[in-house]
Amino acid sequence: MSLANKYPKEVKQILAKYPPEYKRSAVMPLLYLAQREEGYITKNAMQDIADTLEISITDVGAIVGFYTLYHDKKEGKYRMQVCTDLPCALRGADQFMESLCANLGIKVGETTADNLITLEAVTCLAACDRAPMFQIQSKDSIKYYEDMNVDKTMELIDTLKKAGTEVK
Amino acid sequence: MSYVLLRHRDIPDISNFNVYKKNGSFDAFKKAVTKMKPNEVTDLVKASGLRGRGGAGFPTGMKWSFIDNKSWPHYVVVNADESEPGTFKDREIMENNPFQFLEGVAIASYAVGAKAAYVYLRGEFWQIAKFLEEKIAEMEEAGVLGEKLFGTDYSLRIYTHLGAGAYICGEESAMLESIEGKRGQPRIRPPFPAVKGLYNKPTVINNVETLTNLPMILANGADWYKSMGTPDSAGVKIFSLSGRVRKPGNYELPFGTTFRQLIYEHGGGVQEGRSVKAIMPAGASSSFIVADEKVLDTQMDYATVRTLGADLGSASVVVIDDTVSIEWIIHKTIHFFKHESCGKCTPCREGTYWMMHLIDRIHDGDHSTADLDLLLNVAKQMQNKCLCPLGDFSTMAVVTGIERFPQDFRKA
Repeated sequence: MSLANKYPKEVKQILAKYPPEYKRSAVMPLLYLAQREEGYITKNAMQDIADTLEISITDVGAIVGFYTLYHDKKEGKYRMQVCTDLPCALRGADQFMESLCANLGIKVGETTADNLITLEAVTCLAACDRAPMFQIQSKDSIKYYEDMNVDKTMELIDTLKKAGTEVK
Repeated sequence: MSYVLLRHRDIPDISNFNVYKKNGSFDAFKKAVTKMKPNEVTDLVKASGLRGRGGAGFPTGMKWSFIDNKSWPHYVVVNADESEPGTFKDREIMENNPFQFLEGVAIASYAVGAKAAYVYLRGEFWQIAKFLEEKIAEMEEAGVLGEKLFGTDYSLRIYTHLGAGAYICGEESAMLESIEGKRGQPRIRPPFPAVKGLYNKPTVINNVETLTNLPMILANGADWYKSMGTPDSAGVKIFSLSGRVRKPGNYELPFGTTFRQLIYEHGGGVQEGRSVKAIMPAGASSSFIVADEKVLDTQMDYATVRTLGADLGSASVVVIDDTVSIEWIIHKTIHFFKHESCGKCTPCREGTYWMMHLIDRIHDGDHSTADLDLLLNVAKQMQNKCLCPLGDFSTMAVVTGIERFPQDFRKA
């Protein structure tokens, strides 16, 4: 089903933000909308957006490939994106990341066996004074978790796990 | 002294519409639209000495005056990309004092005759974008944004646009490309955005902090603003303090505050028994300043920091203590810039790639005696040859790190 059929109100609101002759501007917000479905962007969704905006699927694919918050394959339900950039690293982010890997039994870039968490190292998230920190990207949101430690993080993961079972 | 920008620290509920209304409200914007001509607003901002807070420090009023009045419509684009490692000030403003920021956007839009403004937020600021949209809706409902404002013919809409994770989109022409639905890659200039910007129309691009000053300047006047800061750099600045200090955070202080006051009086100093070894005053893009007693007593404004061989930039002050190796730091910054290079121009795309391989070898102790000189050579070859400032930024810490802290690099 096309985005316009599934989310008529949202698509209309997005298109209204930009001059009608420059509707290509809507590609980024429409990609976020498409990502809500599966947590990643399918080829069908790219074609649908290309058709809506009258651009080629290559133009849409180029955007997906360029920007790090768009994904073109399925990973864990939650992407835990830990900042290991300079200011956070000066406050222990590398050690935090190492402990997280040990606790989760995975390496950076890998996904837990239950497909709940994909652990990623990312560049500065503008939270340098509250390191260690990470954001969690799920299919329909991005949320910050700051002034974290390993215990608090494992508790959070536990909560996410339980929330997942309830939904099922 | 009460806050000029971080006013939520004085008035906790200022993000509530009625509280903001009681504290100056939207009178500054109303005054501009109903009592001043657009060029009078520009002249007032010029007279205030306000300079852009995104990093370049360009005089704001002068930037506005470059806008091409023969071509219409005009646009205002707000740089809320805040991606420089070490910078986290715009976020605090938008999260806590959104109306003062949005009123600033409105004032700038009126001054340059724009009827539409786009706030470009980095994709990670997803929640802030949602929050700002709620605040914009409240302003529309109250009639301070929308059609025919305050009984005049002036109309204005403000929109948000979310990026999706790309440092380069903080570069203004890459940001325009991104809003137009393309990859965030910088444009060749000229033409400059003031002539051909968003959708090929004259466009003014200002940083969040810059714009948040405007309601206060309109309310209190240019002389009031100039009474703070230094002759070179008027007013107040939010210093994002991070790294090896006891109390990292945002500190709103007048220009001219010394490094020592920022790091020790406000930031609580470094850990017991440690000393400040180096300062990066503009985040990962900084040159290293070798810290000594004289440096610590240097006033922070654009011109004075330059005398230390560095730029103040966005004033994201990263403090390095004597336990940290400069080689480790440039390993971090080079990896950052390699990751964020957009790939459009050859010197930056190839230069960051080779710098990364060289620093990896040096970092792992797996290098030959020639590698350090080669790294310095690659960095210097890149300088002044890249399409946008990112390329040069990637070399600043490399060159000044190796030249100013040679003892931190093993030859082989």
